[in-house]
Amino acid sequence: MTSEQTISKSAFWEGYRDCAPFILVAAPFGLMFGVAASELGLSLIQTMTMTVLVIAGAAQFTALILIEEHAPTLIILATALAVNLRMAMYSAALVPYLGKARGRTKLLLAYFNVDQTFGVASVRLPLETQWTVAQRSAYFIGGGLAITPFWIFSTYLGAAFGAAIPPEFSLDFAMPICFIAIIAPALRTLPHVLAAATSVFAALALSWIPFSLGLLIAAAIAMVVGAQAELWLERRKS
Amino acid sequence: MTLDQTQIWIVIAGMAFGTFFIRWSFLGLLGDRELPQWALRHLRYTAVAILPGLIAPLILWPSGTGGEPDPARLLAAVAAFGMGMWRKSALWAIFSGLITLYAVQYLLG
Repeated sequence: MTSEQTISKSAFWEGYRDCAPFILVAAPFGLMFGVAASELGLSLIQTMTMTVLVIAGAAQFTALILIEEHAPTLIILATALAVNLRMAMYSAALVPYLGKARGRTKLLLAYFNVDQTFGVASVRLPLETQWTVAQRSAYFIGGGLAITPFWIFSTYLGAAFGAAIPPEFSLDFAMPICFIAIIAPALRTLPHVLAAATSVFAALALSWIPFSLGLLIAAAIAMVVGAQAELWLERRKS
Repeated sequence: MTLDQTQIWIVIAGMAFGTFFIRWSFLGLLGDRELPQWALRHLRYTAVAILPGLIAPLILWPSGTGGEPDPARLLAAVAAFGMGMWRKSALWAIFSGLITLYAVQYLLG
């Protein structure tokens, strides 16, 4: 093993260690997604294919809800992918640190570019000014390999054994609780709160629009409200 | 409920390709191009703009009760939201929500 490989190896394990605490967050979501998917009637192979290829809890739950509402395929895809659009922002933010990695490595980095790995790496990478691109990549992939196996395995447990949980446990409500658990900690600023409130009221007010299209319109309005609130706060400060 | 199998597989494939492309976009394709300020300003709010509107009807008219508002589920939602915001933690939100749900269901029989 060359010395460069040794250094990359230690960066890998640092990434693994930094991301490991987030297993505690990912595993319950995976479990709940598995349960919710099997309750809806997705087969084990469908549930696992989605969870392995998509690894994005919020978007996966979104798809389940819209499938249950019999929304058209295009609306389901547009809404679920809109939930994931924030990751384009992650991708852009990683360019200064990982943009010089090899093409094949970047495919792997993109696969692991989830909320937790990005959150952890966006704190650590700017601090490690001496790291090579290989070390940064190893760090990022280490984080991804810490979380993803648990995400996949917990989904499997939920999907395989969720059906055995009796209805008294009201697991229909696990999905809304998971969403609240994603949203509530994200309401860090006034614009976030205003965007979320707009989303609720506009979605309820527009629910008469067919094909679940009201939700996408409500989301567009809520995004504009968030962005405008942010601009307004900035202007007031300066 | 019978599900349209073709639709489910199309959704899975579309989400897999779409999500991967979003994650790879700038890193693999667009490179060092800066996202314009206005785009960043809107992207920041995508998740909080969609998810609350998606679940509000599920909380008010839950499928588990056939669409009837249910005090246990409403209180569980309030507890999860309150704890999640206060502790800034997803774990706290999930556990306080589930505990409230079961406690109120038990108390109301």
